[in-house]
Amino acid sequence: MSEIWTILLGLGDKFAAHIVLAASAIGLGLLVALPLAVWASRSPTVARIALGIASLVQTIPALALLALFFPILLSLRAVFGEDLPTLGFLPALLALALYALLPILRNAVTAQANLDPGVLEAADGVGMTSWQKLTLVEAPLSAPFVMAGIRTASVWTIGAATLATTIGQPSLGDPIFAGLQTQNWALVVAGCIASAGLALVVDALLGIVENGFARRNRWQYGAGIAAVALGLAGALIYQSGGDDDDTIIIASKQFSEQYILAQLIGSRLEAAGYSVEYRDGLGSAVVHSAVASSSIDISVDYTGTIWTNELERSDNPGREVMYDTIVQWENDNTGVRVLGRLGFENAYAFAMREDRAAQLGVSSLEELVPYGPSLTVGGDPEFFERPEWIAVRDAYGMRFGETRNFSPTFMYNALRSGEADVISAYTSDGRIAADRLVVLDDPRGALPSYDAMLMMSPRIAQDEEIASVLQPLIGAIPVEAMREANFAVDREGEGKLSPKDAAAQLAETIGF
Amino acid sequence: MARGRLVPRLYRGGAGPITTSSTQSSQTQTSPAILTFDAAERRYGETVAVGGVTCAVEVGSFVALVGSSGSGKSTLLKMVNTLVTPTGGRVLFGGEDVTSLKPSTLRRRVGYVFQGIGLFPHFSVGENIAIGPRLAGEKLSAERVQELLELVELEPEMASRMPDELSGGQRQRVGVARALAGDPELLIMDEPFGALDPITRDALGEKVRELHEKLGLTTIMVTHDMAEALLLADRVLVMSFGQLVADHTPRELLAGAGGEIAQGLVAVPRQQAERLALMERPDPAKGPAA
Repeated sequence: MSEIWTILLGLGDKFAAHIVLAASAIGLGLLVALPLAVWASRSPTVARIALGIASLVQTIPALALLALFFPILLSLRAVFGEDLPTLGFLPALLALALYALLPILRNAVTAQANLDPGVLEAADGVGMTSWQKLTLVEAPLSAPFVMAGIRTASVWTIGAATLATTIGQPSLGDPIFAGLQTQNWALVVAGCIASAGLALVVDALLGIVENGFARRNRWQYGAGIAAVALGLAGALIYQSGGDDDDTIIIASKQFSEQYILAQLIGSRLEAAGYSVEYRDGLGSAVVHSAVASSSIDISVDYTGTIWTNELERSDNPGREVMYDTIVQWENDNTGVRVLGRLGFENAYAFAMREDRAAQLGVSSLEELVPYGPSLTVGGDPEFFERPEWIAVRDAYGMRFGETRNFSPTFMYNALRSGEADVISAYTSDGRIAADRLVVLDDPRGALPSYDAMLMMSPRIAQDEEIASVLQPLIGAIPVEAMREANFAVDREGEGKLSPKDAAAQLAETIGF
Repeated sequence: MARGRLVPRLYRGGAGPITTSSTQSSQTQTSPAILTFDAAERRYGETVAVGGVTCAVEVGSFVALVGSSGSGKSTLLKMVNTLVTPTGGRVLFGGEDVTSLKPSTLRRRVGYVFQGIGLFPHFSVGENIAIGPRLAGEKLSAERVQELLELVELEPEMASRMPDELSGGQRQRVGVARALAGDPELLIMDEPFGALDPITRDALGEKVRELHEKLGLTTIMVTHDMAEALLLADRVLVMSFGQLVADHTPRELLAGAGGEIAQGLVAVPRQQAERLALMERPDPAKGPAA
């Protein structure tokens, strides 16, 4: 319990960011929905179209809607220029505002449709202009229903805003995603308590406002609105206080190694006097564009990932050539500075349980091919879309009976429980040794190398001071040390560490 | 009790307006017309709601517009304050085409009372009454609001009440006070008492007639109840299928003028009155009526 409490107390900046994001999204939703509702009340066609589109948007899963704004904004750069952010606040704001639209719009349209026709006739009869009718009669009489819609939208938006983490916007989703990946349930619970608590408080406050509108009690709705405004102002002040240009933002993807390395890099920078912020749990594809656009400053990426995703190459020229080509390519195309390789590889590899491998008598991918159709393969959510899998599939003619997706952590559990026979493991993963897994050889060299590289955004690329702080990390982390740290975070029960503690232990192991 | 009162009042109460109308009737042309329908027409697609009505309403007259449901009487009335715009012909108010006037200006000069009452539920009684002048940028004084409440026989304290605290009759009294607040040149009423119980309805009808006299108003009232029309108005217009089929004083109608449709409408209250009068006579078989 006390652990959750400690985590909660440390969530101030995520909490503030979450409030500002959700409030902005609802505000933008209101800005669009209310005029649209007025228009819809004057035209049944507009009502049909607006409600139809809003309902359609609602059927898109929030996670997908958030993700979709990345390519949309990317293509809009052709119009608005290269400065248009494609990650972080803007796409999260747009997606959530779109999501908040429906409940507000539907309630406002319904409220207008249900106004007493006698009252509306009276408004015309006493000589109101259509603007006076709207402001003096329609708006105040619809207010309680519109407020109910805003309440619904707020609860939804506060919940959905936790997903903004995946596109690089800090929110209360950060501890939830980080906790899920590292099986640190205290983090998950703390994130849930914070976001659910926020939703409950906001719902109660808006309920007071709604009730105040219904009873036409100015004091009541005034007090409710003031309380909401106060909370928002507090969040804004808190956020503006913590935000300065010197802050270095360190990104991590959604697995333990990334969290640990982010903490390792962060602690070194902090020790050197820099203020540091973490963007945890970003989608893998998102990280590179985030660092290239300086939305984040430092990331750890892998040669194979960049080779296939960014350079769009499928050949395998060998480890050294690949690295040199990437350094040159980043320099020429994105302005990202590759400071160097950390010293270990986190390549994709196929792994099996020792007993299962022995039973089938396989030790390489080649030998696995005949058994493929009778086996179930597990991979992380992106693996079966990745060129690595396609390369293996084509090089060996590999076919599996069943394909299943797991989050990286659950993949090993699936292997242990027999839900998967083969998984796409990572070579730096501590569980390979801990679970005594067999890593299958790749005699045809289909899987490219995955050297971990330290990447610096164009914003700080020329900063030799930062570079000198980070330089000692280059070539300093052997794969055994990384595996040990990874396992300390991924394991369950006794000896399980938080990424931060694991990073400290790793620093000790490698002699800092 | 109600039966006992109704029969004599049909004749006694009716005598007032009929007498008045003989000095102010449409035929004498003593007052100028405040309102003129000039072949006024309203179509909804193929349907003709009002088909070319021509007539004039003199200043100071109390005109009842009678007809069965769907006869076009409400549509004709709503053309006056352009809640319905004519599709043909003209409606002249004070000599000007109503469609050429700004709707908000026109509606401030024409007090409007209707069956739905339409009090604004989020305004107090006082605010409801003061809304017309408020829209024109004037603030109605508390004294004036009280004066208006007294005119419709409501307590001055009612001003601070909300509409949902009032009875139906009280609400319609507020509705009348609201229509009168802007000192309108013309008062138009669309089935104003239709939703009220008979006793309230009767009392309010008398009250409106009294205010009409006292304030020197020109009033047009739409009703489907011929008895109400005969008792309150100086002049009764009968509509059927969008056409004006009769235009007479109540006395003339009772004397048999106006043609078949008008007489059909007059026959209803007359027969009811006769049957009631008959019941009041001692029945030899059953003894005297209670």
